[in-house]
Amino acid sequence: MKLKWWHLGLLMALGLAILSPLASPWPDGLERVAENKGFMDVALKPAFEVIPDYVFPGVGNEALATILAGLMGTLILFGLSYGLGALLRRRDRIG
Amino acid sequence: MHIPDGFLNVVTAAATYVVSASGVGYSVREANKKLGERHVPLMGVMGAFIFAAQMLNFPVIGGTSGHLIGGALAAILLGPWAGTLIMACVLIVQCLIFQDGGITALGANVFNMGLVACFVGYYLYRTVTALMGESRTSRLAGGFAGAWASVFVAAVACAIELAVSGKSPLGVALPAMAGVHALIGIGEGLITAAALSFVTATRADLLELQKV
Repeated sequence: MKLKWWHLGLLMALGLAILSPLASPWPDGLERVAENKGFMDVALKPAFEVIPDYVFPGVGNEALATILAGLMGTLILFGLSYGLGALLRRRDRIG
Repeated sequence: MHIPDGFLNVVTAAATYVVSASGVGYSVREANKKLGERHVPLMGVMGAFIFAAQMLNFPVIGGTSGHLIGGALAAILLGPWAGTLIMACVLIVQCLIFQDGGITALGANVFNMGLVACFVGYYLYRTVTALMGESRTSRLAGGFAGAWASVFVAAVACAIELAVSGKSPLGVALPAMAGVHALIGIGEGLITAAALSFVTATRADLLELQKV
């Protein structure tokens, strides 16, 4: 199979996912505002959990669990957005 | 900027669900009319890149971080409706699988980080490149400006939703959200400009795709 540009694009995205344990653990802008203005505690727990907080369940090493969650999400998003594009595209149109 | 369950009242959650569902529905129609073979792999790479990049929070000021939204970049490369479609995919997966963003707030999150970010980013980019003339410099300047504004306006929309929901008065929520996201937007601008610079250097033909 010939290597296409988007194979490299996907590999770069997966590379970013591997860097995910380096992310800043600080709260994001909205969480910071909610904490400072005193409404963070009204946030409700999610009704169900699959891979909460981007930590793959059942993996002891947290960095590894984060990387696994990141790789999985990246692949899901690639498949979903590629698949949606393929489903909606016009067969008679190139670009 | 992912709103969790509990922050929005029923009216705000329902209203943003209706607007976002209509917007995504219209995106599907537009994509069905205009997407061609060459858009498809770029859709896939954009979805993958935005998900991965959103995990990489960068510090902005003491004790606060931000991360790429990506709506502006997706919209600049693929067009605002296709960008909205990609952002909806990212936000739905983050909500259902990773519990990032509440399921009752999904409509608001798709509105802020999808529709608002994509349209603000796309049209400001188009305005800057039209005023400066098509060049590498104008694309990077337009990308930076569009991306910064996409975060800023999305944060304003989020503040209004919080205020309408009675969580924090607009006079408090608006300056707080706008202020911190004016800083986070600089990161969004730099990452977007860097990504556009990379695409220009390696696959400039992707910039010529018809916008959807």
